[in-house]
Amino acid sequence: MKKLINDPNDVVAEALLGIEAAHPDLQVDHANKVIYRGGSPKPGKVGIISGGGSGHEPLHGGFVGHGMLDAACAGEVFTSPVPDQMLAATKLVDGGAGVLHVVKNYTGDVMNFEMAAELAAAETGARVVSVVTDDDVAVQDSTWTAGRRGVGATVLLEKIAGAAAEQGRDLDAVADVARKVNAHGRSMGVALTSCTVPAAGSPTFDLGDDEMELGVGIHGEPGRRRVPLAPAKEIAELLVEPIVSDLPFNDGDAVIAFVNGLGGTPLIELYVMYNEVNKILAKHGVSVARSLVGSYITSLEMAGSSVTLVKVDDELLSLWDAPVSTPALRWGI
Amino acid sequence: MTDDVTTTAFDTWVRRFADLVADERDHLTELDAAIGDADHGTNMDRGMRAAVAALNELGSVGAGPMLTKVGMTLVSTIGGASGPLYGTLFLRMGNALGDAPEVTPVRVAAAFHAGLDGVVARGQAQAEDKTMYDALAPAVEALESCLANGLGLGEALARAREAADEGRDKTVPMLARKGRASYLGERSVGHQDPGATSVALLVAAAADTLA
Repeated sequence: MKKLINDPNDVVAEALLGIEAAHPDLQVDHANKVIYRGGSPKPGKVGIISGGGSGHEPLHGGFVGHGMLDAACAGEVFTSPVPDQMLAATKLVDGGAGVLHVVKNYTGDVMNFEMAAELAAAETGARVVSVVTDDDVAVQDSTWTAGRRGVGATVLLEKIAGAAAEQGRDLDAVADVARKVNAHGRSMGVALTSCTVPAAGSPTFDLGDDEMELGVGIHGEPGRRRVPLAPAKEIAELLVEPIVSDLPFNDGDAVIAFVNGLGGTPLIELYVMYNEVNKILAKHGVSVARSLVGSYITSLEMAGSSVTLVKVDDELLSLWDAPVSTPALRWGI
Repeated sequence: MTDDVTTTAFDTWVRRFADLVADERDHLTELDAAIGDADHGTNMDRGMRAAVAALNELGSVGAGPMLTKVGMTLVSTIGGASGPLYGTLFLRMGNALGDAPEVTPVRVAAAFHAGLDGVVARGQAQAEDKTMYDALAPAVEALESCLANGLGLGEALARAREAADEGRDKTVPMLARKGRASYLGERSVGHQDPGATSVALLVAAAADTLA
């Protein structure tokens, strides 16, 4: 294992110290591992919190700031945060208008956020609404699995719901916008390499030099199929076609197209992928209203990419375009 | 001679479980790497160390409040799915035991049953979903039926341990239907479930210490 760390056990705590030092607009509750906006809570504004295992940076802490999240809870690497953390974050950002919990659909995350919402209701009477993201088409959505995973659409949802909250919409309206993004969003990813959890010290799975893992999750959990490595144009098809046919995205639809890096893939390759994705969408008559290219929801140092499409209307587009000022996304300000 | 279980025995049980988890930490993580996200051993070890630290700080209380404290500590320190599941297991056991200084074998079994019910309520797992349920449910059933048939607690816990081990082994050919392993579909077949494996340690620790 070669990593820029001091001690595997201190990675999350030391990264939070770094975030606090680098971004004076943000504050960190180190005991609870919560990153939150300075000046919280904002009276009358719906608070939005998210959280999850660490190792997906900039998700979620890098999205705390004006126009996006109010707080993010950092779990251990690839492990859901515990209810105490979400409870602390909820209290920090509740300005009286209630708090939205954005939860990625993983068994642990859902259970810990559920317990936190129960505790928040019991302890403070804070009104909490949870929206669970489950946009990964690689997982069959059936009662026989834990359901689809929350992946790339979570990034776009946090931006769009954050804008709605910043406009002063009430909790139900913000939650409705969040659900709309998830309902219209689909993603799929591919891994070219595995990744190493610092505390584990060795790669989560083995992948040959000539292989790739199709439908991989963001925790290094293997995907559904292992296939031979292929050129970017073929990989793009393997990702985009299942996404397009799943919603489905139809001729004439407008989308935000998000090509994401999983942590170990350089931006130049992501642009090669974006070019291929763009061509495939054009073939389907899907128009790209906005794009996002970069590593925003990662799996440590895993090489690979995910593609997310969210079908948008004027409302979602105007919320996407609204000003945002966070460590990882910043425009209009 | 009485089979009643003292508060000290419950304390020893939790510590014994923590030791077994520490010993098996890497094995649990390896099992999880195959079908999950490679953190079960690390997370359980962190949680059980915190639980032992909490016991060291805890004043003189009955078995019920002691296990409640363990449950709250696990919820706060494990994370993932195991935190709420193991936390709920101990919280429900603590509630079921109450504040009595000594606990009859039947109440021990009832407490385990309450813990099992808590795990089901939190995780909604059913038999053969390839989860901790598959080791815990047969162990609780064995414990209850042995006591009902007049066996002593020691014998009943020994049978429960065998049942948990068998349940754990039976998860190998199962297709996972809950948790991260379910994302693998058919590829989850052939791997032993890490949660069922740690439950077998929990029951083994009980057999070593509660009677």
